[in-house]
Amino acid sequence: MTTHYLVLSALLFAIGAVGVLLRRNAIVVFMCVELMLNACNLAFVTFARQHGNLDGQLIAFFVMVVAAAEVVIGLAIIVMIFRTRRSASVDDANLLKY
Amino acid sequence: MNGTTIPAPTIEYALLAPMLIVFGAAIVGVLVEAFFPRYLRKSVHVPLTLLALAGAFLMTVLQVVREGVPTTPSAMGAVAVDGPALFIWGLILVLAIVSTLLINDEDQFVAQAAAVPGSADEEEAVRSGYAQTEVYPLLLFSVGGMMLFPASNDLLIMFVALEVLSLPLYLLCGLARRRRLLSQEASVKYFLLGAFSSAFFLYGMALMYGYAGSLDLKAISAALGTVSGQNTLLLAGTAMLGVGLLFKLGAAPFQAWKPDVYQGAPTAVTALMASTVLVSAFGALLRVFWVALGNLDWDWRPVMWGVAILTMVVGAILAITQTDIKRMLAYSSIAHSGFILTGVIATGAFEQNQGALSAILFYLAAYGFTTVGAFAVVTMVRDAGGEAGHLSRWAGLGKRAPILAGIFAFFLLAFAGIPLTSGFFGKYAVFSAAVAGDALPLVVVGVVTSAIAAFFYVRVIVLMFFSEPAADGPTIATPTIGTSAVVALAAAATVVLGVFPQPVLDLAGEAASALFIR
Repeated sequence: MTTHYLVLSALLFAIGAVGVLLRRNAIVVFMCVELMLNACNLAFVTFARQHGNLDGQLIAFFVMVVAAAEVVIGLAIIVMIFRTRRSASVDDANLLKY
Repeated sequence: MNGTTIPAPTIEYALLAPMLIVFGAAIVGVLVEAFFPRYLRKSVHVPLTLLALAGAFLMTVLQVVREGVPTTPSAMGAVAVDGPALFIWGLILVLAIVSTLLINDEDQFVAQAAAVPGSADEEEAVRSGYAQTEVYPLLLFSVGGMMLFPASNDLLIMFVALEVLSLPLYLLCGLARRRRLLSQEASVKYFLLGAFSSAFFLYGMALMYGYAGSLDLKAISAALGTVSGQNTLLLAGTAMLGVGLLFKLGAAPFQAWKPDVYQGAPTAVTALMASTVLVSAFGALLRVFWVALGNLDWDWRPVMWGVAILTMVVGAILAITQTDIKRMLAYSSIAHSGFILTGVIATGAFEQNQGALSAILFYLAAYGFTTVGAFAVVTMVRDAGGEAGHLSRWAGLGKRAPILAGIFAFFLLAFAGIPLTSGFFGKYAVFSAAVAGDALPLVVVGVVTSAIAAFFYVRVIVLMFFSEPAADGPTIATPTIGTSAVVALAAAATVVLGVFPQPVLDLAGEAASALFIR
């Protein structure tokens, strides 16, 4: 039964990863990263069920806390660059190259 | 309420004291930000930061001298303070102290990060003499994370440490005072790619947990022998953990962030990242791949071969085409990660692992000091708009500032691995360990790429000493005491490790003698 959840988690992770690579807006890219982290949480909880121990559920809480901290830092950085450039597109930020 | 009692966990506070001091000082630093008037903050932060780092270093040394190296993991098996971890702690703390002196140097950081570049707000912030003193607590949090990262005996702790070390660095990268657009861009790029890679690390953790039912490195190692029929989980998990760790090192093909971030970040922060993060990330990589996945080396070694070769080649070849000094040093750092990776691959019998581990530790010490020194020199060569990054501006620097150019040339020779510099013994130690570990082709690639790398280091030296200085060439900033101390210390370390490497080699050998705690 738990296999379905693992497949769902892998799908969510893949959707997130593809989103990071294809989307242009930094906020959307960041949302896709959060989607990947949540896919990891789903996998942790499913594996916890499979193994019959609570470690996985515990880890999910840690991941949520880390993700929250990451949101704080990430939004600060994205807002900073948006205010400077009036755009949050990752394509516009192209001064550093070669 | 069935009457069962939960046993209280035991924490070895004395053993973890160095880390606790650093984190404690970071929290005090946050309180200083909150409660002290603006004009006092810097004069409180600087001694606090330096004292905390020095105190933590002292505790690390005392631990080793008084009680020797522990043989069991601490904090209920979550943290392993073993020989390599203690060596890495000492190294990270010393490099962090040196980088703090550099960070402390006058106005490299933005007056107010929230003010839009070029706006009236920014002008006012500059005029009022504001300073973004949050730099110091951020640095301490990051250093604390760097200490925990290679010492974690559990993948969950390792993930948390990875984030604790990365998140403050993302912010620090965006705080340059001049060329703020570049700095902010570096920050965004580092953040998005860093978050992406840690998501991979986390999914790798999830798959490992699915495989072994635990995230304890020892339990994963034990599961390798007992769990069967789950190889997909194991191999996919290993690969994804590897992606997360190799990203932090800047190993190819995950090196794209490194030149951008190193160029855009304030140079003092680049010095910190280039030295301590590399040390910390190699510690963690070694721990995961040797302790948890040591028995799987037939599966990961071929991939690691490819990564090492690609890293050395990409680093050395792309460095040739660079026109910016910081970007060039970034590619050089990528090439050096490749050289150190040849040591990671050289696993085998116990003595051979010892040899390889002590070689890697020595290389990290040698490279760390030289790279801090090189970036310190970069902060001193300035144009009207800040640092003179473009290589053409460095032409004829040898005539303008012979001592500075001479020291920089010496650092470049150390990067190239010329005898009588620390880089030579580092490369020699790592490559001989790789030969002992049956990785001769890797050593051949390593030597060839070292030769290619030597070309672009020497090119900069030729440019500095044998070209005519431009009429409107860069000015050499009068170095503050801190910056001069950093350059002197880095040069001294490069000479001493190149002429009398034996004490540090012995120390690294001692640290590696029992390998990692299992």
